[in-house]
Amino acid sequence: MIESSNVGAHDRASPVPELHRHRGTALLVVGASIVLLGAIAATFGSVAIPLETLLQIVTSKMPGASVIVTWSPSWETILFTIRLPRIALAALVGGALATSGATYQGLLRNPLADPYLIGISSGAALGATLAIIFDVNLWGGLPLCAFIGALGATFAIYALAQTGGRATPTTLILAGVALGAFLSAISSFLMFKGDSAFRTHQVIAWIMGSLSLSNWDQVIVLLPYLGLGWLVLYLHARYLNVLQLGERQAQQLGVPVARVTLTLVVATSLVTAAAVAVSGLIGFVGLVIPHIVRLVWGSDHRFLLPMSALVGALFLIIADAIARTVLSPSELPVGIITAFCGAPFFLYLLRRKREVLG
Amino acid sequence: MKPIQLRAEEIVFAYNHKPILDGVSIALHPGEIVGLAGPNGAGKSTLIHLLSRVLTPQQGHVWLDDRALDQLSSAQVARRIAVVPQVFDLPTGFTAFELVMMGRTPHLGWLKSESARDVKIVRAAMESTGTWHLANRPIHHLSGGERQRLVLARALAQEPQILLLDEPTAHLDVAHQIEVMEIAQRLKRERALAVLGVFHDLNLAAQYCDRIVLIKDGRVFAAGDPASVITVETLRAVYGIEMCVFPHPKNHLPAALIVGR
Repeated sequence: MIESSNVGAHDRASPVPELHRHRGTALLVVGASIVLLGAIAATFGSVAIPLETLLQIVTSKMPGASVIVTWSPSWETILFTIRLPRIALAALVGGALATSGATYQGLLRNPLADPYLIGISSGAALGATLAIIFDVNLWGGLPLCAFIGALGATFAIYALAQTGGRATPTTLILAGVALGAFLSAISSFLMFKGDSAFRTHQVIAWIMGSLSLSNWDQVIVLLPYLGLGWLVLYLHARYLNVLQLGERQAQQLGVPVARVTLTLVVATSLVTAAAVAVSGLIGFVGLVIPHIVRLVWGSDHRFLLPMSALVGALFLIIADAIARTVLSPSELPVGIITAFCGAPFFLYLLRRKREVLG
Repeated sequence: MKPIQLRAEEIVFAYNHKPILDGVSIALHPGEIVGLAGPNGAGKSTLIHLLSRVLTPQQGHVWLDDRALDQLSSAQVARRIAVVPQVFDLPTGFTAFELVMMGRTPHLGWLKSESARDVKIVRAAMESTGTWHLANRPIHHLSGGERQRLVLARALAQEPQILLLDEPTAHLDVAHQIEVMEIAQRLKRERALAVLGVFHDLNLAAQYCDRIVLIKDGRVFAAGDPASVITVETLRAVYGIEMCVFPHPKNHLPAALIVGR
């Protein structure tokens, strides 16, 4: 192979930029951190379980393991029916919100886009509120209603934002904010009108964003929605890269823009709705996490989407651990923690990284 | 006569009831460079968009060989026709290599991933535009001229038969303008590429184009070889100014000079 001399150290058959070479390692490190921090988070709570004991309890459940039981059986119950499902749910929801944010930001070519900010979560919230208040028990029940709400809100925002056949990012954001406020008002009205205090409480807890009602059933309900959504998004990641050039150039490069946009909107709404349905409105994860990943590793969505999912999972595990321990025995909605950490960080980005935010 | 590759037939296009193109016909053959010139707002960029299927004419047809352009998928069109747009801004967070690799999109579809062959094609495209040394640089740190050449490299990575250039030299200094035109000329010779370019610089067009098409008010005002199109009379009629036109001392192609007060 002929090596041209002016290219120097970067020259190779496939030029892999410095940061890209570490992508695989970075995914592994963040993945391992999720397991480690998940385990540490499981030790915290009203009953402190030492990490060593926690590992022994988990090992004792492995087939063929012989571990002498030195712990109270209630610890096992706490661990397996309360803490682990909650941590698993936090990871899935965090990953889902961050992936949705990354996709919306890419699709709308707007750094502000995130399911919470542009009103899609509010659509899911209205769907979920209706499901709780009217006790809907269709297949999938609450997640299905939240999904319909998110999808309805998405298309309503698209329709409202169009001027002259095209929706610009600015009008999309404005339409999203307005519609989001409108839908939240309907949800709040339904809540106040509600006759059952229990249901009203359920709706409030849900809207504040909380993982306190977690159980394995929710994890299992969530998985197919997320799995399908994530798969579709990941398969379109390269098209999403090309879409960053604008619709016109993307089409000139052979991307079927209309079909891809629709597919991505549906898949993102699926992921958003599934997450919102089990956890309520948790803000700032979808906004901030993709920006962090983009700043460090660049905008290639084939890496941005999976990495955002992992970092989002890690972030929400930590945020939820703080939410349930900082005012122990009472519990903060996790949305307060994510906003508390996320909002200042976002303001920092806004002031320091204008160039990268575009 | 070589077969016609891309042909617009009496196309009419209006935007918000404002007519932009009013019955334009134009044909592009393999192995020729055609220059598109005319005043601002004459419809040159719109014509490029219609020829690349981004816009659809309200009347008339665009044919790629013997097939109507609107019957083909975006990928089918993009494997044959590459467009170099005017580059104002490019997204942040991509390297030059990643940008040029996007030119492989119509060949890859959504499932295939990039092979060693794609990397080779991208590298060749970047080397021929003098941008290979920028491969690992983030595009938002590059100059306007470097970005413009990267977008040309991206078009070459599409391995097109037809290249549509929308003011490809607007951001380039004179040396890089000539470089772009010489790349186009080489591709025309080596691969019988058909090139249609929008130019504001009539002298650049005269030096490199086989034919020049002058557009005025959405219609073809004059078309033909540079000497027959670039005359004092046509320039007066199209641009409404008096220019001084004379044969270039080196090669006798027409040269047009502005006359100041």
